[in-house]
Amino acid sequence: MKKKEVPQDKSHLEKANIKDMVYAVDENGEYTAELSTGWEPKSIALDNAIQEIEERTAAAKARFFNNESSPIEYYMELHKMDIPILASYMGLWQWRVKRHLKPSVFRKLSAKTLQKYADVFEISIGQLKGINE
Amino acid sequence: MSETLKIDFSHKQAAHCENGVVSNLMRHNGFEVSEPMVFGIGSGLLFSYLPFIKVNYAPVFTYRVLPGLVFNRFAKRVGIKVKREKFSSPKKAKARLDENLKNNNPVGLQVGVYNLIYFPDEYRFHFNAHNMVVYGKKDGQYLISDPVMESVTSLTERQLEKVRFAKGAFAPKGHIYYPTAFPEKLELESAIAKGIKQTCRDMTAPVPIVGVKAIRWVAKNIRKWPKKIGAKKTNHYLGQIVRMQEEIGTGGGGFRYIYAAFLLEAADEIHNEKLKKFSKEMTEIGDLWRDFALDASRIYKNRSSESDGYNKIADQLVAIANREENFFKRLKKAI
Repeated sequence: MKKKEVPQDKSHLEKANIKDMVYAVDENGEYTAELSTGWEPKSIALDNAIQEIEERTAAAKARFFNNESSPIEYYMELHKMDIPILASYMGLWQWRVKRHLKPSVFRKLSAKTLQKYADVFEISIGQLKGINE
Repeated sequence: MSETLKIDFSHKQAAHCENGVVSNLMRHNGFEVSEPMVFGIGSGLLFSYLPFIKVNYAPVFTYRVLPGLVFNRFAKRVGIKVKREKFSSPKKAKARLDENLKNNNPVGLQVGVYNLIYFPDEYRFHFNAHNMVVYGKKDGQYLISDPVMESVTSLTERQLEKVRFAKGAFAPKGHIYYPTAFPEKLELESAIAKGIKQTCRDMTAPVPIVGVKAIRWVAKNIRKWPKKIGAKKTNHYLGQIVRMQEEIGTGGGGFRYIYAAFLLEAADEIHNEKLKKFSKEMTEIGDLWRDFALDASRIYKNRSSESDGYNKIADQLVAIANREENFFKRLKKAI
């Protein structure tokens, strides 16, 4: 990549005042480190990935209101987690966390376990038990 | 604790966090080593495809070696010693950090990105192999030199503890590291040769999950995915490839440009003119990776699913694999 070809596209980096450093070749054939505000191909990839998480979060919410899933699934998606990551934060086996996604199992969880989930998601137990519509 | 502890530390932005931390810590200790030099000597360049491990609901594609490896190899090859420690207790981890700061020793930390408040929300994923330097403490705030940031920043005790004890794959467990002993003079010449040789070996390894063979495997799968897993998932996977290749920290072209910069610098360092030509070629290979990313993005931008597009980018990957195979075979002989 030539120095003058370093892309300066719009990206989410802008609002945090971060610029991406890339390496490019200058007029004399020497390498220099240049700052880039972003590049469209990767911005689109990131936006798509975020949109997918939002879709999964919305689906988890719908499942909660249909009584197909416990709120834990919703909060897990909201925090961009999956079962292995949530299990790691909880210090539990994955199969146990998976069971807690069932509404019937969730209803029987001890106060201690609920508190742990609430701590991981940084909300109260009251909030954990429901989802704002 | 309201005492002020500020180590005189010069922050310099880098493309990649681990190279940047090493380069900045080396400068602090009186050795000027550039980011590309750290990356090249540490044999950071790679390609690897791990279809059986999923991150963000997509397989793992990586353009570099495992976290920590660059510093370890670099240290061994230039003759410095590194101390590394992990903790099960956040309290002990904090005590060890404070102790080092008191001893005027800036340290490297491995942290998770998800709770790193100075990153934009969109970039905060559960990625646990980020690196930063802590160089002091002021009014209860830790002073942070994060190599991907233009300038220094700070985190509260609570914020730093959270990122040091992030959970999930590659959980940092409070991981702290710093160089402890240095030689009189860094042995760059032999280190460069060793670094290059290992990368040549890795990239042409006879296993399907690393090097050029892994690139070909991905190409093969890209042709199959649309039928097998559908266009939506395929496009999600392509997005993952492009992000791993181009997202913050690769220097562009999946680390190929950083590597080209390394070869150019190494040519002068070990007086090998041939490396300059190799550097130019590596830049061209980086450009091919950029073209691939651009064409892949055209597919997922429109969320389209014409199979022609998939075959075309698969062809591009095969061409890149052939080019890299030929490149690393010749580079090995030139050293």
